[in-house]
Amino acid sequence: MLSINDLHVSVAGKPILKGLTLEVVPGEVAAIMGPNGSGKSTLAHVLSGKAGYEVTSGSILFKGQDLLALEAHERAREGVFLAFQYPVEIPGVSNAYFLRAAVNAVRVHRGLEELDAVAFLKEMREQMKRVKMDPKLAKREVNAGFSGGEKKRNEILQMAMLDPSLAVLDETDSGLDIDALKAVSDGVNALRGPNRSMLVITHYQRLLSYIVPDKVHVLLDGRIVTSGGKELALELEERGYDWLRGDAAA
Amino acid sequence: MSANTELKQLTQKRYEAGFYTDIEADTVPPGLSEDVIRLISAKKGEPEWLLDYRLQAYRAWLEMTEPTWAHVRYEPVDYQAISYYSAPKAKGDGPKSLDEVDPEILKAYEKLGIPIDEQKMLAGVVAVDAVFDSVSVVTTFRAKLAEAGVIFCSFSDAVKDHPELVKKWLGSVVPHTDNFFAALNAAVFTDGSFVYIPEGVRCPMELSTYFRINAMNTGQFERTLIVADKGSYVSYLEGCTAPQRDENQLHAAVVELVALEDAEIKYSTVQNWYPGDENGVGGVYNFVTKRGACRGDRSKISWTQVETGSAITWKYPSCILQGDDSVGEFYSVALTNNRQQADTGTKMVHIGKRTRSTIVSKGISAGRSQQTYRGGVKILASADGARNHTQCDSLLLGSRCTADTVPYVEVKNATAQLEHEATTSKISDDQLFYCLQRGLDAEDATNLIVNGFCKEVFRELPMEFAVEAQKLLELSLEGTVG
Repeated sequence: MLSINDLHVSVAGKPILKGLTLEVVPGEVAAIMGPNGSGKSTLAHVLSGKAGYEVTSGSILFKGQDLLALEAHERAREGVFLAFQYPVEIPGVSNAYFLRAAVNAVRVHRGLEELDAVAFLKEMREQMKRVKMDPKLAKREVNAGFSGGEKKRNEILQMAMLDPSLAVLDETDSGLDIDALKAVSDGVNALRGPNRSMLVITHYQRLLSYIVPDKVHVLLDGRIVTSGGKELALELEERGYDWLRGDAAA
Repeated sequence: MSANTELKQLTQKRYEAGFYTDIEADTVPPGLSEDVIRLISAKKGEPEWLLDYRLQAYRAWLEMTEPTWAHVRYEPVDYQAISYYSAPKAKGDGPKSLDEVDPEILKAYEKLGIPIDEQKMLAGVVAVDAVFDSVSVVTTFRAKLAEAGVIFCSFSDAVKDHPELVKKWLGSVVPHTDNFFAALNAAVFTDGSFVYIPEGVRCPMELSTYFRINAMNTGQFERTLIVADKGSYVSYLEGCTAPQRDENQLHAAVVELVALEDAEIKYSTVQNWYPGDENGVGGVYNFVTKRGACRGDRSKISWTQVETGSAITWKYPSCILQGDDSVGEFYSVALTNNRQQADTGTKMVHIGKRTRSTIVSKGISAGRSQQTYRGGVKILASADGARNHTQCDSLLLGSRCTADTVPYVEVKNATAQLEHEATTSKISDDQLFYCLQRGLDAEDATNLIVNGFCKEVFRELPMEFAVEAQKLLELSLEGTVG
């Protein structure tokens, strides 16, 4: 599904990712853990094609194609979804209108018929139920005045509607209380499947008790320094990251 | 999204109203003098009092100088190089019905999507007065409106059929000495629309005038007069286009609205005059005076405009709030692109007690355009408890355009309450990226964000107009994403 090889990325001339290599197979949920400043969000942004990140060397293959050759909106249409750490407000645009525009842009690209208003609303209402989202939020302006939990649920709703093959969840647990965390995790878990991979980027182990990963990778100073199963997350919770720094240096 | 496909088609067409209709026209030679004014008046078979009015205005105009305070720059207009009258040549005695209108003109309106064939229209949604260069070619649904007592006709017909009304109200809101362009208009105006809604009547359909400049080197000087008698209501729509030409064309219109006791006038404009090309060649100079007088108590006048056209815009639709408890509103979206320049806004003059006004102005600047919001709120000593709320937002696309906000506030009554909010923003990279990450391309993303920005104004427009306005905005934004 996703194959990152020796990726080097700089931001404003400063190297952030320094030889990152990572393999994610279809259906796999992989956690990327690491302390602040290790390059987690940079990885999320590079995968989704945000401007301002310079790939100096290395490659990313997504479903066999060169991901870096695609523009941000093309990556989205091909099935790369980023659940934002800080979802953006778009004043004056209703949530439902925005989502329908996105869904149909993606559907047309995938050779599917556009959803008409009725079919779209039906689908959206069902998905909203799954993420326990207040139906009123459909009519509100995109993320405007949403609580932290509502914003994150909205991200998961968009993910459900856009049906990506690779979902990157960037610090999805930040700013969530325990109920919201559960609801969001339930939404994510419901979307797990053999054809969908997920990259769960998080600072804390907490989220991984709810979204249990198949693999855990530790990102430190721009590289994956160690990988393991879900038990690695618990170990990190106990011991912190410092013990791994020796490995990184070695 | 089907709207997207449609949008793509639209954007490839650029200024799709830019065609020229080849018809035989009766055009007076360029130049302005008392003789030309007499000639125009004679061609239109006008009564003596109207000719006198024109000549008075002309003499006043000669004494006036062109205003220079607006934040726009252009080569001086040579008023002697303009033709002040151009009419499609009438076959015989002028068209009595649609069958007699030159088919080429009908085709032009069809191409523009303006419904002037009553048969082909959905049962009476909008009545249209179609003004082609200097004259009104057809006014639809006149008979049906007459049943309700509503007068809706070309200005020329109003002079013939309802001289007492015209004489009473012409120049009562915008006097012929008001300003340079208003004086010029009063001297040479050729046609336009006239509306009278009798006491207590709610106009049964939307009224609409569609202005089209076709002939070359011709100025368009139309005059619109709308009088809403006590307790009446009317919603009026105005649309404008012109062919794509390298020369600049002058458009100096005057619109006067009068609302008597408890009357309401809703005036909406979608202005799409040719804006010139990306290098600023050609385009319409739009120097327009629009003013409404809330004469009666509890009367209301509401201006809603979506402006994407014209090379230069100089326009301030205003409200004189004379009646107690009268209400003035101004909702505006102005988009400038390429080399367009706009100095536009409104003026609310509070005279009556407890008068209220609302100003919502949304300015979008792109390319190398330059836009100034100029708004005045004046509270006179008599206006106890007057209130104004002004909200003025500018959105910049790219880094080579400018947006300025120039508010004037004059308060002579201590009980007045005024609020003023102003913002200037750019479409943020974060907003754009958020949309891109959801699969929208940069152009659709920009349109979506801009449409959201304009929402408060669009929802004031009548339904069909709101759709048209949205499309127009998308079309005008073409090429702003780079």
